Amino acid sequence: MDFLLEIIMTPAILACLKIAVIILLFAMPLGTLLTLMERKWSAMIQDRVGPNRANIGKFTGNGLLHIAADGLKSIFKEDTIPKGANGFLYLIAPFFGLIAAVAIFAIIPIAGPIGNFTFQVTDVNPGLLFIFAITSLNVYGAVLAGTSSNSKFALLGGTRASAQMISYEVFMGLALMGIFMVYGTTRVSGIVNGQNEYWFGNLVPMWGIFTQPLGFILFFTALVAETKRAPFDAPEGESEIVAGYFLEYSGMRWSAFMLAEYVSLVGVAALMTTLFFGGYHVPWLHLWENAPQWIVTILQILKFTFFTVVFCWFQIQLRWTVPKFRFDQTMGLGWKKLLPLSLVNIIVTALVILTLA
Amino acid sequence: MPKLNICKYSSGGIMELKVKRVERVDGVKEAIFLPAIFNGLRLTVKHFWRNLFGARDVVTINYPEEKRHVSPRWRGRHRLTRLENGFLSCVACYMCETVCPSKCIHIEAGEHPDLSVEKYPVVFDIDELRCVFCGLCVEACPKDAIRMDTGVVSMAYTSRQTFDFTRDLLRDSYDPKLHSNPKYEDEDLPKPVKQSEALPNSQGIPAT
Repeated sequence: MDFLLEIIMTPAILACLKIAVIILLFAMPLGTLLTLMERKWSAMIQDRVGPNRANIGKFTGNGLLHIAADGLKSIFKEDTIPKGANGFLYLIAPFFGLIAAVAIFAIIPIAGPIGNFTFQVTDVNPGLLFIFAITSLNVYGAVLAGTSSNSKFALLGGTRASAQMISYEVFMGLALMGIFMVYGTTRVSGIVNGQNEYWFGNLVPMWGIFTQPLGFILFFTALVAETKRAPFDAPEGESEIVAGYFLEYSGMRWSAFMLAEYVSLVGVAALMTTLFFGGYHVPWLHLWENAPQWIVTILQILKFTFFTVVFCWFQIQLRWTVPKFRFDQTMGLGWKKLLPLSLVNIIVTALVILTLA
Repeated sequence: MPKLNICKYSSGGIMELKVKRVERVDGVKEAIFLPAIFNGLRLTVKHFWRNLFGARDVVTINYPEEKRHVSPRWRGRHRLTRLENGFLSCVACYMCETVCPSKCIHIEAGEHPDLSVEKYPVVFDIDELRCVFCGLCVEACPKDAIRMDTGVVSMAYTSRQTFDFTRDLLRDSYDPKLHSNPKYEDEDLPKPVKQSEALPNSQGIPAT
């Protein structure tokens, strides 16, 4: 038993186990569930019923079986390559997005550390800079898919995606500068622990949303644009360029794009929870003296999951509420409004920190 | 609310277009988008919450399980009514065949072995694919022998022959449970003791 434990606690194997648990038990199931939930929730918003027909005998699970039905359908569908497409790039393009979406979870802690054991795959020093690097990889998926498909719609979608994502990456980083300044670190664990402080005695937790309200809005907007969801879904643009950059894909590769979208939706939600809503820290839990460690950990996981699900829901709700921006409006909003605002945010934050210090 | 003003544009005196011009609303409130987004979110979240618990606003009719209420006056598939003694009310007068605009009714009259029945349709076919469901046959009938109150809304079959409704199909396939109008219920009609006694076979000869 001890021997087994020793093997498990080897850093490399432990990291693999954490990756498997976090991705296979948290990110992927939630992302898969969201592919259905988006349709169900949008149906509720629009006074419809939503998918409820897939069944085994009499059992439909109120539409739950559609996940299995969709998966089976994509697996058995033909994987087509359009004539004149660049085969290799065309085939690998879907996985850039998926890898980028999944890699976000590498640095997100889902519960507080117990002794030496952390509920986080790795706590790299650059921390959030890693996120920026990884989300830049996301652009490649869209651009490669767009250029290699030999389709004009896909090319347009890829061009739009590259322009939009590169522009919004600029102030995505700048919007987080405030957070870095307030908590004095780029390490995720440092930021999360910094949000466990309180103002006015034990009244208000020092969450990112209270220290950086403008930064929250800016960063959230940037991330929504980065995941290419409404109101910034001009790269997909159903009404004008059919499906944008992944128009030519079919079968499991198309599903990889879809899954990447929903996993990155979960990733965005987890990131927002971690950076602006105290991460895994349950507010005011420190008032409960000598609480058992296992209860604390379970509460932390529950709190983190709850906020993540709420943010997933909020993004879906936003998509079905807000009309799409025209593409020039998207760019105008990014460069002319949000970029100056994030600069103002940095200056104001710096001034406030200087005056208080 | 944005102010509306109606302007008239005339293009070369040929036609005049009335254009409702909506003035752009500018200002800080519009420029930062957030108030408008929150207004929209309030509406969608309201619908979401109402439908999350119990689907209160959902207007969908789950079709094969639930069916839309059909008005009693809805002209569905035809049926041939029966007399008290179980024979067809139809006297093969050809009124419906004559009035039918799509020529989908085909009747052949014949003498009935039972002397109390004067004349009856040996063949009464309706091609439901040609029928336009105008209801003129029902209005033309002097004996109230043909009706369109079966409440059968959709007829979906896989072969053309299935749409040729013969006399016995028109008479027997009528399901009283499907139609909702009590005025047309057959309940007040006396029922024959055995169905085989009441229903003539396809040759119209009563089974004894």
